[in-house]
Amino acid sequence: MNLHNVFGELEKADPEIYDRLDTRRHALRSFARMGSKVVLAAVPMALGSMFKKAYGGTNDTVVEILNYALTLEYLEAEFYQTAVSRFAVIGVPAGAAQAAITTISNHETAHVAFLKSAITSSGGTPVAKPTFDFSGGNGTMAGPFATVFTNYNMFLAVAQTFEDTGVRAYKGRAAELVGGGALLTAALNIHSVEARHASHIRQMRKANNFADVKPWITLKNSGGAPQAPYDGEEVTTQAGIQITNINGKAISAEAASEAFDEGLTKAQVLAIIDPFIV
Amino acid sequence: MTNETALERAMLVGKHTGVTPLSRRKFLGFAGAASGLVLMAASCKKDDDMNAEGVNLGSGDVGILNYAYALEQLEAAFYIQVLTTPYTGITVAESTHLKDIRDHEIAHREFFKNALGGNAIAGLEVNFSAINFGSRDSVLGTAKAFEDLGVSAYNGAGALIKSSDYLVLAGKIVSVEARHAALIRDLISNGSFANNEVIDSNGLEMSRTPAQVLAIAGAYVKTKINASNLPTS
Repeated sequence: MNLHNVFGELEKADPEIYDRLDTRRHALRSFARMGSKVVLAAVPMALGSMFKKAYGGTNDTVVEILNYALTLEYLEAEFYQTAVSRFAVIGVPAGAAQAAITTISNHETAHVAFLKSAITSSGGTPVAKPTFDFSGGNGTMAGPFATVFTNYNMFLAVAQTFEDTGVRAYKGRAAELVGGGALLTAALNIHSVEARHASHIRQMRKANNFADVKPWITLKNSGGAPQAPYDGEEVTTQAGIQITNINGKAISAEAASEAFDEGLTKAQVLAIIDPFIV
Repeated sequence: MTNETALERAMLVGKHTGVTPLSRRKFLGFAGAASGLVLMAASCKKDDDMNAEGVNLGSGDVGILNYAYALEQLEAAFYIQVLTTPYTGITVAESTHLKDIRDHEIAHREFFKNALGGNAIAGLEVNFSAINFGSRDSVLGTAKAFEDLGVSAYNGAGALIKSSDYLVLAGKIVSVEARHAALIRDLISNGSFANNEVIDSNGLEMSRTPAQVLAIAGAYVKTKINASNLPTS
């Protein structure tokens, strides 16, 4: 993720920017003391126009992103629907665990319906649901996760993979939706739900002693789940700012990495889910 | 809800108004109820001068970043107090989780402070007099309200951000806030991580406008916050 420190960029464009700001703020303080009515410095307003990426805004862009999201939601929805129909075989305990998986399943199914509707109303055609192989075997049904629907531990590991990948996938397309209004808001409103799911699945893995994971992602620790969805999560620098021990605060590298979830590109996400698609 | 805090009650009021812009009447009601908060309506812009008693978030993306900085200041101050005076009966696991969350919020706060540089608002003075830090119910109830509020705030702010870099950064933070919210909810009542208080029938989480968020958060902030220059679309 190539992030820029906006103020660094501003400084490159205008080496005297800080002087200008300081001078202006000094002047503002003087005016305020004199009781004059002043308007806040207009300099920051230049930021928006300076860095605003032209939002394509074409229906092609919108529909493509929505169909990308729909593909991921199809994957999650069918995964959890299958689990709900096989609780006993998987070994999901009755009570809180089954209730949680049912809650998540209902959300993913609702996301599929919502996205199909959004695509249609954007003038697009929803992609067809792929045929899935949750063993991760590309249709052989004998991939590395072949016990996903007979082994509770494996099931939760794959669930964590899908949830954390989903969070990263939505984030990875956010930049293309800047200025996207209601569509962007809807994507954000799905994104945070996936993060809540991820938090709970991780708590379930920890509570069952299946993995030593926290509700948040520490460095690039997958807790025994596939590694690719976690690569790149270990960064401790954001927009050129070092988060570890920032400003003299005792922030460990672990906490610095946990405090920010990273995005995944479309190519990275498709590579992660490819084994699950026939 | 057996342990509803003042903040949660305020949020329920906000929730029932939906995401549509508040009517002026309701808006003024919120502002009045939220002591220490000044949200100037557009018609008051002539009074928009630097107020020695408060902070002005500013405009454009800087305004939104200051808005996020204000919320992170509030959250960080809360969790610092929680860890300084742990509630009765806190478990090792709870303490570990809350310490992590505290560090995440401090990291967010300091990140915004540095990113904003000379445009950063001053440190806010908080008012936690309504919180009983000795009580698990009070602390976790407030934490839940703050985390849910934070997620809805970032969700609502996304469409107001003009820079794609800042939008991505907000996205990197909001999912961590959502992870916090889910954990806190599960500590209060296991399985409530994403219940219908926060997720609608389409499986979507709610968004709140800055005005809605500040009306709720303002009860916990002594410093006057002037959000009148924030973008609204």
